Amino acid sequence: MADNLSRRTALQAAGGLGLAAFLAACGGGKGATTGDQGSGKGEVRALFMKQAGYSEDDITKMTAAFASANPDITVKPEFVAYEALHDKIVAAGPAGTYDVVLIDVIWPAEFGGKKMVTDVTSQWPGEWKSGMLAGAVATAEYDQKLYGVPWIMDTKYFFYNEAHLQAAKVDAASFDTWDGVLAGARKIKATGAAKYPLIWSWQQAEALVCDYAQLLGAMGGKFLDDSGKAAFNTGGGVQALEFMRQTIVDGLTNPASTQSLEADVQRVFQAGQASAVLNWTYMYGAANDAKQSKIAGKVKVLQTPKGSAGRPGVNGGMALCVTTGSKNQAAAFKYISFLTSQPEQNKYALDSLPVWKTSYDDAAVVKTNPAVVPQAKKQLDDLILRPQARNYNAFSQALQAELQNALLGRKPAQKALDAAADKANSLLQS
Amino acid sequence: MSQTQTKPATAGSPAPRQKPARPRPKAVVVRGEGKFAVFLLLPAALVVFGVVLYPVIRTLLISLYKVDSAMPGSYPFAGLSNYTKVFSDPSFYPVLGHTAYFTLVSTAVELVLGMGVALLLNAPLRFRWLWRSLVVLPWALPTIVNGALWRWIYNGQYGVLNQLLGTDTQWLGSPFLALNMVIVADVWKNTSIVAFFLLAGLQTIPAELHEAAVVDGASKLRTFWSVVVPLLKPSIAVVLVLRTIEAFKVFDIIYVMTGGGPASGTQTVAFYTYLQAFSNQLFGYGAALAYLIVIAVGALAMFYLRILRQNQLAGV
Amino acid sequence: MRNRPSPVLYIFCAVLAVVVLAPFAWLVISSISPSNELTAGTLWPDHPTLARYRDIFTSSAGGDNVAGTFRIAMLNSLIVASCTTLISLVVGSLGGYAFARLRFRFRRTTLFAFLAIYMLPPIALVIPLYLAMANLQLLDTKLGLIVTYCSIVTPFCLWTMSNFYLSLPIELEDAARVDGCSRLGALLRIVLPLARPGIVATAMFGFLLAWDEFLYSLIFTSTTNAKTIPVAIAEFTGKFSSDFGLVAAGGVLAALPPVLLALLFQRYIVSGLTAGSVKG
Repeated sequence: MADNLSRRTALQAAGGLGLAAFLAACGGGKGATTGDQGSGKGEVRALFMKQAGYSEDDITKMTAAFASANPDITVKPEFVAYEALHDKIVAAGPAGTYDVVLIDVIWPAEFGGKKMVTDVTSQWPGEWKSGMLAGAVATAEYDQKLYGVPWIMDTKYFFYNEAHLQAAKVDAASFDTWDGVLAGARKIKATGAAKYPLIWSWQQAEALVCDYAQLLGAMGGKFLDDSGKAAFNTGGGVQALEFMRQTIVDGLTNPASTQSLEADVQRVFQAGQASAVLNWTYMYGAANDAKQSKIAGKVKVLQTPKGSAGRPGVNGGMALCVTTGSKNQAAAFKYISFLTSQPEQNKYALDSLPVWKTSYDDAAVVKTNPAVVPQAKKQLDDLILRPQARNYNAFSQALQAELQNALLGRKPAQKALDAAADKANSLLQS
Repeated sequence: MSQTQTKPATAGSPAPRQKPARPRPKAVVVRGEGKFAVFLLLPAALVVFGVVLYPVIRTLLISLYKVDSAMPGSYPFAGLSNYTKVFSDPSFYPVLGHTAYFTLVSTAVELVLGMGVALLLNAPLRFRWLWRSLVVLPWALPTIVNGALWRWIYNGQYGVLNQLLGTDTQWLGSPFLALNMVIVADVWKNTSIVAFFLLAGLQTIPAELHEAAVVDGASKLRTFWSVVVPLLKPSIAVVLVLRTIEAFKVFDIIYVMTGGGPASGTQTVAFYTYLQAFSNQLFGYGAALAYLIVIAVGALAMFYLRILRQNQLAGV
Repeated sequence: MRNRPSPVLYIFCAVLAVVVLAPFAWLVISSISPSNELTAGTLWPDHPTLARYRDIFTSSAGGDNVAGTFRIAMLNSLIVASCTTLISLVVGSLGGYAFARLRFRFRRTTLFAFLAIYMLPPIALVIPLYLAMANLQLLDTKLGLIVTYCSIVTPFCLWTMSNFYLSLPIELEDAARVDGCSRLGALLRIVLPLARPGIVATAMFGFLLAWDEFLYSLIFTSTTNAKTIPVAIAEFTGKFSSDFGLVAAGGVLAALPPVLLALLFQRYIVSGLTAGSVKG
């Protein structure tokens, strides 16, 4: 009986689905995507990411605080893994499922350019732009327009294991420059404190581009020149890749790096098998947590080391946007404004650093994470942005593949980057 | 042997190549068969086409336009240029190569090993239930977990494989090796499916047939080739076609294990399609790639069925 | 020969056991190793712990609580995969018979149309299907997943069942028909019982197909309402999580329902054999 029932229900559902879908198709695209400011009340569905930055509990608490201040708006937050975030936004775009979405710094060009998130430039109060870190504003900006409000501020810091330095008698001050890092790593390797002093997130993924960006910046390279053409195959861009490859050849970099993501870097570092690594803010807390880390208490954090041209950190910020398909855009923007407000961000500074300049001088904020905040204050002032291009993802894939070719020794750095630049130029034109 | 021969050839095909060896009784034939077939097939058709008809047509249409966003809108008509672009895309050929290699090697290895396991499990062993239960295990592990597990086993730093072998190899560190290691993970999981299918096929072969052949003095190997394999052909055809389809569409395990790297060495057509359609929002191009996958898999399936001379049985 | 298999076969069995069990053992060991021992390079942890399993069974779902989410996701998977298998098997067993035994127009075309659906990569269909699901309010529901999965699993069931019917001797049906049985009666009373090993194999494979599905579930579900176990686990293998132990514990549990079902079904395959040999 039950079987029959479920079968019949499903059959009806299936039939209905086909029919409804056809009607939708015949209706010529259907009205689902024409967004609306709405009444400023009602339901707001928001898409967040799991794990990094603000935790799910933080966001739930923030949302509750918002709800009590705005009783006529109900917010339904949903959480997906970072890896699924982009695809989820894309799939949900035409259906208008979400009113608010969290986007990575590399996506405003794509989502803004393809009109999947709304241009909120006119809704930005004047003091926001001056009150936020310049790097934060860039996470929401494309082509002079603002497509959201910055919310998460992150870059890659330099972490080291104090015990290895002591064992090898390396002075932490030498980690101020990349040359000093190399020298220190050689000494550590020679004394046997670590077989491979360095490990990186160089798997064929965006993580590789983040590490490369930071080194490219330090060595004075540029992703694109002023005319918007690929420039990473000259000067600092080439030096950065040659530097990366050389550390593998010299046995200073763990060969597992080319198959590692940030989590793998964290794992090796926490196990006490790497002396110095680049990683996001979150690792400071994780690597000092004795439950999962063998080196708790020995982890120190620094700004990224200096190269010939300085020490920019890669911009790893994220912003909250209102979708074009949202029927409740006014309420959605209200919600975003609340989450990104300075008092709200300051409260949760332990998990994710605020986008507001003055927060970094706020004693209460500094107290949440006394080791990281002072470093962040210096680092976040100087960030390097990955190219703002509508087809950034395709650009990045081409670059990742060629970076790996060089890292694996299949091509010399120059040749690999030339090939990547060729592809990039044809992508950037289209 | 006799079973296969007494079966009618595809009666419904326009020009049957051979008459049925033994015509079925007149009364049974044709009258009402069409209606009965519709009656039997209608539920399946509703369940399947009710759901996919709209997406299938929509994707087909999209493949003819220069669609570069998920959002609806008016996009320029592209004719077949999305399809022709595939063949002038230099990054496509290595991807096709990886897919072909993955498909052929994993399917072949799974078929050979699966046949061995099926024969083993069909033998009158003691504790046969135990051995059979054992073979089910890898099959029961979700692909996502399987991928994560093998990635962990291969890990250059902590991987148990290096520990056991006493080596220091980066199993996923170079393109071709990584592709092969992904195949190992795939074979480990999917051989059990093949084995179970062949086992189910073996069970429909009466044991007397084997024994008769053995009594006749045929060697075991000859019995296998001349009695077992022909009777197993439908089962072999099914697993071969199904595994080929699955292997050609391989995506999940790549997504988890390598993300297409190193140096794009494990990018497969399905993964590449995913990158183009989702990451790059080139939906027109992605749709064309998807339909080319269908054509390629369809051609492969036909090829297998021809080779196995089961086309009149399986009806394709 | 039938009663005394060669001892060599047992050596093969042993090899088989090792090959199958070793990776599994590693999964289980990882799931009971404390996270700081996972990287210790030892084969067996000094302080094995069942804490992860305890978390999965006792902690509440949602929020930052991955373990509790695993439990709910498993339940979702179980419901979705069972319903999908049941529906697909019923419609597939009926339709498969038509392909195996009946003559009708467009038979080849119809069969190929079904198979072509199975050949399409999900990536091709996911966005239009998402739109349709959104219009029908089926996003993030188990029913939505069941409907979607049935469209993948049914072509497969059709095709395998039709091949199992083909491997059965037709004489029995003909005899039943001569005895005055209707076509449907012959199918239900004679053919289906004979095809039991095939039905079991198809059901198991169909179940696994649904249990294993990843991309649709990843895109269509977002909360514990309908999120399935592969998605729940994949969420934890991402960029910012390094505890393979929890993935392993989830993996062990995710493997349990299919293993139990398979063990249950496995006996039917054996009984199918005896039934077949008695009648055939």
